[in-house]
Amino acid sequence: MSVAIVDYGSGNLHSAQKAFERMARERGLNTPVVVTADPDLVRKADRIVLPGVGAFADCKRGLVGVPGMVEAMTEAVRGRGRPFLGICVGMQLMAGRGLEKEISAGLGWVPGDIDLIRPADPTLKIPHMGWNTLEVTRDHPVLAGIPTGPKGLHAYFVHSYHLTATAADVVLAEADYGTRVTAMIARDTMVGTQFHPEKSQTLGLSLIGNFLEWRP
Amino acid sequence: MTFKIRIIPCLDVKDGRVVKGVQFVDLIDAGDPVEAAKAYDAAGADELTFLDITASSDDRRTMFDVVTRTAEACFMPLTVGGGVRTVEDIRALLQSGADKVSINTAAVTDRAFVGRAADKFGNQCIVVAIDARKVSADGETERWEIFTHGGRKPTGIDAVAYAREVVALGAGEILLTSMDRDGTKSGFDLKLTRAIADAVPVPVIASGGVGTLDHFVEGVRDGGATGVLAASVFHFGTFTIGEVKRHMQAAGLPVRMDGIAG
Repeated sequence: MSVAIVDYGSGNLHSAQKAFERMARERGLNTPVVVTADPDLVRKADRIVLPGVGAFADCKRGLVGVPGMVEAMTEAVRGRGRPFLGICVGMQLMAGRGLEKEISAGLGWVPGDIDLIRPADPTLKIPHMGWNTLEVTRDHPVLAGIPTGPKGLHAYFVHSYHLTATAADVVLAEADYGTRVTAMIARDTMVGTQFHPEKSQTLGLSLIGNFLEWRP
Repeated sequence: MTFKIRIIPCLDVKDGRVVKGVQFVDLIDAGDPVEAAKAYDAAGADELTFLDITASSDDRRTMFDVVTRTAEACFMPLTVGGGVRTVEDIRALLQSGADKVSINTAAVTDRAFVGRAADKFGNQCIVVAIDARKVSADGETERWEIFTHGGRKPTGIDAVAYAREVVALGAGEILLTSMDRDGTKSGFDLKLTRAIADAVPVPVIASGGVGTLDHFVEGVRDGGATGVLAASVFHFGTFTIGEVKRHMQAAGLPVRMDGIAG
């Protein structure tokens, strides 16, 4: 058992690593967590985590800039069904294309575009920066035991763009920010969170623990 | 809507130590920023801000260690400011584990720095801290100016125009401090807060002057802030995070009660 957090130069991955290590320990799993830019380690990992902060196109360039990484991820996740978690822009990269600053292709693992959040209320601030609850569309093992809905726990968001024009069965959870914001997606062995589980205290740590135990 | 107002304690850190120790809980070492951060994490803070007031740049490395240890222990958003002057400063803080970096004087002296920082790291992690004072006389149309050097040095720059400018350059958030109110416990400068909040499309955090629970409510309801930052009322235990949130909730404002007893 091992977890690979893909390092492609997009921000600090230390607290993500610490959050996964802590939850592996709390769930009694003997799971090493590595932060790596080595495609071979990603190919061999049992679980893959793709983080990401910044603009979509910059992150895509960074990821493609690591030789063999996209191929290794695609082989492990799409070919061999390894559980995958995309976080923030890491989730956005799963989509067909991003429309931030310039139009650029994503990994195309789920249909849809990463487009600007457009709240009906123009006084609402962009970025959507802060804590929001989740409206879950269906059950999923990574959400097991986590209180959701308006009275549930909160997740920490920092983003101006989100997944739109996707297939209905891809969206796992939404957040209400004057419009429906795509908060989580899931398909096959892949999960994505627009929010930062490693910064979302109880909700985030529980989700990480569930992901580590998920056997799709 | 289910989006929540943020309550943000701010810790002043000098040479790796909290300047005014957190006194609301029994900490083994009240001067250790990491211990203080853990206490606020447990108390239900929505975010934490460290302000590094270390004088010498040689000693600033200790801050990186503080940030790293905090990010390992607290799984909540962390903003770090104080003495941030270069893209390298920002990189070092983000690599240490900060989620956002706050720029103050360097943005005043070199506006383009905000643009370079946002292009490099993304708008979402660039906060511009604005220290402003009212400069209009009574009876005049109200006007506020940017002050540097802890509010002592006037710059002649209009605060509202400046806020618009740094946001256009890529600031993802404004941390607004009224230097007239800072430390007075007489409440936020609500007109200043409202003027800035209405001028920019990004979140504005109100700071400077909190003394009562109602002040927190006013900053959001009347000032238009989406977050409120305070230091001494939390460190001295005047109010707990939970008390502030319960009060805001009773006033009809949306707050996150995760981990706080109803």
